[in-house]
Amino acid sequence: MTDSPSPADRVADDNTGRKPGFWRGLRRLPLIPMFVLVVLLIIPALSADWLAPHDPIRGSIPDRLKPPVFFGGTWEFALGTDRLGRDILSRIMHGAKVSLSISIAGILAGGVLGTALGLIAGYFRGLADAIIMRLVDITMALPSILLALVLAVTVGPSFQTIIVVVTFVLWALYARQVRGEVLSIRERDFVARARVAGASDLRIIVRHILPNAANTIIVLATLQVGSVILLEAGLSFLGVGIPRPTPAWGLMVADGRQLIVSAWWIAFFPGLAITLTVFALNLLGDWMRDRLDPRLKEV
Amino acid sequence: MKRNLVIRSLQSLLALLAISVIAFAMSHLTGSPVDAMLPDDAGPEEAARLTKLWGLDRPLYEQYFVFLGNALQGNFGDSIKWQGQTAFGLVLERLPATIQLGGFAIVVSTIIALPVGVLAAVYKDTPFDSAGKLVALLGQAMPNFWLGIVLIWIFAVHLNWLPTSGRGGFSHMVLPAIAMGWFQVAAFMRLTRSAMLEVLDSEYIKLARIKGVPERRVIWVHALKNAAIAPLTYFGVIAGSIFTGSVVIETVFAWPGTGLLAIDAIRGRDFPVIQAVVVTFAGVFIVANLIVDTLYAYLDPRIRYQ
Repeated sequence: MTDSPSPADRVADDNTGRKPGFWRGLRRLPLIPMFVLVVLLIIPALSADWLAPHDPIRGSIPDRLKPPVFFGGTWEFALGTDRLGRDILSRIMHGAKVSLSISIAGILAGGVLGTALGLIAGYFRGLADAIIMRLVDITMALPSILLALVLAVTVGPSFQTIIVVVTFVLWALYARQVRGEVLSIRERDFVARARVAGASDLRIIVRHILPNAANTIIVLATLQVGSVILLEAGLSFLGVGIPRPTPAWGLMVADGRQLIVSAWWIAFFPGLAITLTVFALNLLGDWMRDRLDPRLKEV
Repeated sequence: MKRNLVIRSLQSLLALLAISVIAFAMSHLTGSPVDAMLPDDAGPEEAARLTKLWGLDRPLYEQYFVFLGNALQGNFGDSIKWQGQTAFGLVLERLPATIQLGGFAIVVSTIIALPVGVLAAVYKDTPFDSAGKLVALLGQAMPNFWLGIVLIWIFAVHLNWLPTSGRGGFSHMVLPAIAMGWFQVAAFMRLTRSAMLEVLDSEYIKLARIKGVPERRVIWVHALKNAAIAPLTYFGVIAGSIFTGSVVIETVFAWPGTGLLAIDAIRGRDFPVIQAVVVTFAGVFIVANLIVDTLYAYLDPRIRYQ
């Protein structure tokens, strides 16, 4: 692809003096965070429909407010039930679907938009650069939650609204980092050679510059998953995120808030699910950054 | 330096203008504000009268400039939900509560984060460092609204040490400040730690040690002075996140500040108040960042803007 090693190889060389083999790399994976993620987020998100013991939306009134298993409850409702007799465990499993799909869709949208604009700004410079970077400044100066609230009120809370909000919050960071990266990549020899060889701007950007900025983009994306999940949970908690009765973690905490004295499990377990998931995601993101792009320390 | 300051100020003004456009567009996105503001039993002639009165029959750009002119004078119109009060008056009335809580949260998190961050760097790779890292990672993983609820559950309901909600004396501030500040502590601590690690490795620190300066002085005076610059820039971010955090935390703790006002206004579709809150928050946020940037450039002469 290019005639110079990618940053990942350079870093690995600095650390070990030789290129890491596939298995050596695998052995250094952060196993505990990955295990937590698989168990808490990925398996439930993919298979909640078959694995969840109960219906997440329709509860049975006789089973309302059952405590969790080690607090006077039974294994039938391992984490207890809420005010409408819905099984908390089943709802958490279905909630994983919401968290996972929103973070993937939001980061994809924000990442693609920000990367595209960052590539344009960094490669073409000039007027496009000036306009895009001013937009970045303005976006970063806006308090994001407030805009999310405004959007949710004017357009109405929905899955799509959240994606728009997440995209809006994320794109500027990508645009700024990618632009900075492109500014240095475009001065390297292989870009000049590609140009001499008659490659079009589009080809140079897609085939020569983008692959070299890929590490930055991947690291940013990993580091952002946790904060996107927190953002979605916060919006849902405030009632401007996922609409009821869809089981979303933030919404479940909001549901249990009034009952925290009598039925603490309703709010406690969904919040714990958020905490563990984001904790694991942040560890994974840190690990990814240290391996692929250690210069991103500040982000 | 002076030129940079002018450029940064102009940028901030531009950002504020963008906010005003957004705030203006907001009330027009959902259809005519007349529909939102009129009581249900009002007839069409009343609607026509208000349309004329508010100048809604004039071109959009003209309406925007009228809005901008009024906003510059702190006039966002009357609140719909809270009868007889102006939107901006409501924001000003609630602002001290938010600043009090936010300020307290900032002070507490600085008092905790700075020394712990420094010690974590000094005792790198010891159990102390690991414990600090765990606290930081936890802070960045817990949703603040959930932390608030759990704190209420443990310290207010079970142990009965602190009040559950509302604004009152010092004891009312403790739980909301922790819920709001923990996330900041985490980020602040990590920044301080990495800045300290870098500084402790530098030549002048070695020289100070060789000269026989007491270790305590080397760490807390020589090193910290230079390491503190990096976390300082973070204050701009904190100022912003205190406001965004206030929306959530004030809801959880029923703290009567602007965050709670914003949520109440949004639930009541009180557009003048929402506009006033958005513009005020963004204004404070932008000015805080401008001050921090200026201070940063002043403290570290190496900083040059592109």
